[in-house]
Amino acid sequence: MSFYETMTRLEQLPYGTLWSRYTAEDVKRALRAEQVDEEGLMALLSPAAEPYLEEMAQKAHRLTRTHFGHVMQLFTPMYLADFCVNHCTYCSFSSIYDFPRKKLTLEQVAREAETIAATGLRHILILTGESRRDSPAGYVRDCVDVLRGYFSSVSIEVNPLSTAEYAELREAGVDGLTLYQEVYHQETYRTLHVKGPKRVYRNRLDAPERGCEAGFRSVNIGALLGMYEWRQEALATALHARYLQDKYPECEIGLSTPRFRPYLGEFNPASDVTDRALVQIILAYRLFLPRSGISLSTREPAALRDHLVQLGITKMSAGVSTEVGGHSLEGGTPQFEISDNRSVAEMAEMLRSQGLQPVFKDWDILSEPLGLSRQAGLA
Amino acid sequence: MQDPLMIGGVTLTSRLFIGTGKYSRNTLIPEVITRSGSQVITVALRRVDPESSDNIVSHIPSHMTLLPNTSGARTAEEAVRIARLARSAGLGNWVKIEVINDQKYLLPDNMETIRATEVLAAEGFVVLPYMSPDLSAALRLKAAGAAAVMPLGAPIGSNRGLQTKELIRILISETDLPVIVDAGIGRPSEAAEAMEMGAAAVLLNTAIATASDPLLMAEAFRAAVSAGRKAYLAGLGPVEETAAASSPLTGFLA
Ligand code: SF4
Repeated sequence: MSFYETMTRLEQLPYGTLWSRYTAEDVKRALRAEQVDEEGLMALLSPAAEPYLEEMAQKAHRLTRTHFGHVMQLFTPMYLADFCVNHCTYCSFSSIYDFPRKKLTLEQVAREAETIAATGLRHILILTGESRRDSPAGYVRDCVDVLRGYFSSVSIEVNPLSTAEYAELREAGVDGLTLYQEVYHQETYRTLHVKGPKRVYRNRLDAPERGCEAGFRSVNIGALLGMYEWRQEALATALHARYLQDKYPECEIGLSTPRFRPYLGEFNPASDVTDRALVQIILAYRLFLPRSGISLSTREPAALRDHLVQLGITKMSAGVSTEVGGHSLEGGTPQFEISDNRSVAEMAEMLRSQGLQPVFKDWDILSEPLGLSRQAGLA
Repeated sequence: MQDPLMIGGVTLTSRLFIGTGKYSRNTLIPEVITRSGSQVITVALRRVDPESSDNIVSHIPSHMTLLPNTSGARTAEEAVRIARLARSAGLGNWVKIEVINDQKYLLPDNMETIRATEVLAAEGFVVLPYMSPDLSAALRLKAAGAAAVMPLGAPIGSNRGLQTKELIRILISETDLPVIVDAGIGRPSEAAEAMEMGAAAVLLNTAIATASDPLLMAEAFRAAVSAGRKAYLAGLGPVEETAAASSPLTGFLA
């Protein structure tokens, strides 16, 4: 069993009439439910929920404060390499663009790490383009060795790997995996991913599950909102998260809500995800998965981010550069344009002014085995 | 009224343990400590960054007994590692074992908790394990060297109160370890009820940290814990599962 089976079922839903089936009563029922089920989730994502955004927000806010408190975890991405063998129609790193590609040496990784760590951040997400030749798992592992000296938690966002490769990276001290499906709708997926191994839909769809199997502490998934009809994409994302959570209860499943951003090319997204739609998605995620982390990236403008921090978000990136070596070297080509350019200190200040405590460190990597007998204590 | 609680060689006059995890700013912590009268405070080692200028521990007055917890641990191995890190970071030798494998409800894994307790107690830690209220697990924890047991009243952060009341009642009457009710308590009346039942103490975080006025709520809990304890001492007495008539009706037959 894989989420692919659920996906196949979802693709057969009568979307033409599906969303208009839900009524205000269905939304109210979902709002009252102790545990929102699949039907409730659909009601919360439907147009019928639009007049109830405020009620949804009140409940989402309450649930978030009870489960997570008045705190917000901060992290930042670090781009290691921008070599890529794929052509995705929405990304500046696509192999069709001609620009000087970069890959950090281990010394440069250390320099970047030092610059980032000086801001106080202790959680880092490392990214590469997709190239098994230029940035293979072994390279990522070498970088992790360096980064462990600076950070208490290292997560990866790289091309889908095998369970064995994930396990190897976990052993090396990686504790989180982020992997966006980009687009759940299969046909659209095929048209947006023109060339390269990323075309293999299932390899990507099943990768978060391989990460769970390999024992990552946290696995973060998401759809790149705007690439296809957002209600359908949000439904698939939330059900994917629930599927993983049910099957791998020991893994912390998180969600992200990235919206499409300008990049080097001219691609225009198919579905306009308005601010209201984004809010509806975040709230539906929170009510459906009360304990899941929800991350918000700097793709969103500062003013909007300031409001969203009260609506269910638990993790935010700060002090972001989407260029390889963007923190300590001469700038490269950004993967996409960010909207919120604030520094870590400025983000922390904004959070404090809203009564939230910025958390820079929320975990220590504990990967080395202890040689403790499984039998201890059970004699 | 002298009614101290002795744990791991420390004498406590307050039976309210508090947490540090969910406050909007760490600078609230000293005031919450004062208003709650608490003497034991739990801190997640995963949040402690000795290099940070806003290190959570620096906000805790030195008279407090620190109870580092192993939150984030999913196995006994991880809990043991965290406890050792806490001790080497100078946080003392008390530890609250928290091993949670279930990210959906955040329920503790008693089996792994027992394993970690055995290792750490042997290393000289004062071990306070967070657990699901199960009698045989409590007895094993005692045999493993726990200094108290900390059963949950309801899942962490749920503010649902004493959902596990009957099971906690059994732990109180069947074990001679201090029973500290941890997690779930959302209202002062629930803290008072736990104390009336004979709990040795209660630990809570969400209920104070997420109140609109955390300082006033800290005072409310201080009063409730103290009232519940006095009621217990005044003679609500240990709860018996079997009826014991105070003046037997059949005594004349003897
Ligand atoms: S989205 Fe990823 S795989 Fe696609 S072109 Fe960009 S870097 Fe390459």
